[in-house]
Amino acid sequence: MERIDEINRNFFTLFQEGRELLRKDVGAVMDAQREKALEEFKAHGIPYGCENYLYANLLPVLERDYNVSLRYVEQEVDLSEVFQCNVPCLDTHLLLTINGRFWRGNERPDVPEGVIVCGLAEASVKYKELFDKYYNQFTEPGRADGLVDLNTMLAQDGVFVYVPDGVVMERPLQIVNLARAKADLMSFQRNLVIVGKGAKATLLVCDHTLSDHYFLMNNLTEIVAGENALMDYYHVQNQHLGASQINSVFVSQRRNSRFEANVISLYGGFIRNNLYAALTEEGCECDLYGMYLSDKKQEVDNFTFIDHVAPNCRSNEHFKGVLDDSALANFAGVITVRPGAQKTEAYQANNNLLLTDTARVNTKPQLIIDADDVKCSHGATVGQIDEEAMFYLRSRGISLAEARMMMMFGFAHEIVGKVRLEPLRAKIDDLVDKRLRGELTKCHNCVLHCKQ
Amino acid sequence: MENLLTIKDLHAGIDGKEILKGINLEIKPGEVHAIMGPNGAGKSTLSAVLTGRECFHVTKGEIWFNGKNLLDMPAEDRAREGIFLSFQYPVEIPGISTVNFLKTAVNEHRKYQGLPPYPAGEFLKMIREKMELVNIDSHLLNRSLNEGFSGGEKKKNEIFQMAVLEPKLAILDETDSGLDIDALRIVAHGVNRLKRPDNSTIVITHYQRLLDYIVPDVVHVLYDGRIVKTAGKELVAELEKNGYDWIKQEVESHGKN
Repeated sequence: MERIDEINRNFFTLFQEGRELLRKDVGAVMDAQREKALEEFKAHGIPYGCENYLYANLLPVLERDYNVSLRYVEQEVDLSEVFQCNVPCLDTHLLLTINGRFWRGNERPDVPEGVIVCGLAEASVKYKELFDKYYNQFTEPGRADGLVDLNTMLAQDGVFVYVPDGVVMERPLQIVNLARAKADLMSFQRNLVIVGKGAKATLLVCDHTLSDHYFLMNNLTEIVAGENALMDYYHVQNQHLGASQINSVFVSQRRNSRFEANVISLYGGFIRNNLYAALTEEGCECDLYGMYLSDKKQEVDNFTFIDHVAPNCRSNEHFKGVLDDSALANFAGVITVRPGAQKTEAYQANNNLLLTDTARVNTKPQLIIDADDVKCSHGATVGQIDEEAMFYLRSRGISLAEARMMMMFGFAHEIVGKVRLEPLRAKIDDLVDKRLRGELTKCHNCVLHCKQ
Repeated sequence: MENLLTIKDLHAGIDGKEILKGINLEIKPGEVHAIMGPNGAGKSTLSAVLTGRECFHVTKGEIWFNGKNLLDMPAEDRAREGIFLSFQYPVEIPGISTVNFLKTAVNEHRKYQGLPPYPAGEFLKMIREKMELVNIDSHLLNRSLNEGFSGGEKKKNEIFQMAVLEPKLAILDETDSGLDIDALRIVAHGVNRLKRPDNSTIVITHYQRLLDYIVPDVVHVLYDGRIVKTAGKELVAELEKNGYDWIKQEVESHGKN
């Protein structure tokens, strides 16, 4: 606990010392929320040993001596360098962030009229009314999580998206989060996505490391899906083994809205995903999918929290993972059905393939049901590659290695197959195939040698 | 003529239990052999041992295929040498489309033979031709392998794979089980169309009905791990009429003497 106290103290000091810089360039509301978060952080500190972080091995990740830069550092970005690493190069509106900051070199995307896409700090000043109405309004369920508070305390920028009522964005918005530094670095990024009534938007987030330092990204995205809105959130996580990330998404859904998240964790040292969804009005549909392919000493920790506040909503979650070497995966899924949220349908499944004796999985469903007319189910499996199926493939002349590859690919495909955009689905399938064959370019090539 | 397959005094079992107790069998190119016998006689074990299932252990004997020692080879090499098993229970494999599976299998065969991968366009053309042979619906190609297929579709898919891989020796393990009469006819018709003077077939079955369509040259009765009777196709009708009891009695009284 001493070490935890020290880490907490360090964050506190960092905040105090950086207080003036944090005030710079952001609106009053964004800054005021920092103080509230600070009080919460003082009360809870970083989560350690608590129920929602039971198996997460945070200490080695947080103990490292990172730099934190509270100033915007001008960076040249060569797009060809970014795209050397098999990033889905799709027909998207492309935006870059660097070390948590909205890159100043981003071009104004050619979006439909009324749509706003800009840096979060800029929005906190320029689109005050919208920003103030929604900023930090949906993180309540993560209140006891000090990592969420840290983001609110220390994040200075990120991406702001506003899609007005009735506007359909056909092209996905792609945010590529780049990490590049001259020393080990911790960064905080905050995004806010507002999708209006009957509007439609697709967000594709990719994480990439451009230098071989140790990174810790603490990113938080708040999403509001208005009445009848359609919102898809895809996240492809591909960093090197020295890069860790805590990625929290809070979505608040209004009447008859549909939200889908699909988080594909291909590579990274430590990955923690927090997916919070609140189904606040009737008729909401929420699908959360996740897939993780881990080897070496990677850790992937998925935490979901679905809050059925209103009746007649449906949620479905399916997370699948393949674990090799000494990889560790954790899944914890909380579903709450509030009193009165009758006719709720909530399903949850977590399936894991263990390829070695040293790979580990912890899986923990947690259903809290306070209504009496609901359909809820959960299931978890931890198994090995099916020997019958292996023999079937080999009996057709397919080698042992290739058969294993096919089995893993097939296992993962169930999740990739949920991706609604066909080109993106094909691209992710291809990434998964490359990942399984060890052909995936991790974003900084030299990583292959120095962080293993 | 050289034998395509020669099995000499084969003993094999699983978990220390002996199931095959000295099988001798010779198959020449172009021949169709039926292996019949009651439940538990060792029919499926024989097909498993021939195709290289590792959970079965060969304790004695030899298997020669096309001049090569089969027991030295892993399952995938036996397949590449030209052995094909139509499974009694084809396995469902989610997430792998039938067409990708076939492409991988065909190209693995070609690699073994020192050939380059099949050109994509020609591959699809070949696949379409073979599909017609067994009346298989083209939408099955893009579906996950065997997943949610009906019993008939699964068996047709087995024969379709056989058509694509063009084996020298096809082993049909209870291919008639779970088939209605129309599917049975289609499957049998497919097998007959694939017959060539240089390839052979082993039909493993309980019943006569498949053998009405795929007519065997030689019929063997497997009982208690041994081939206890070998005759021509007329034996099929006799077994259908009188069952296996008379053979069991014959074997047992022979044993007492």
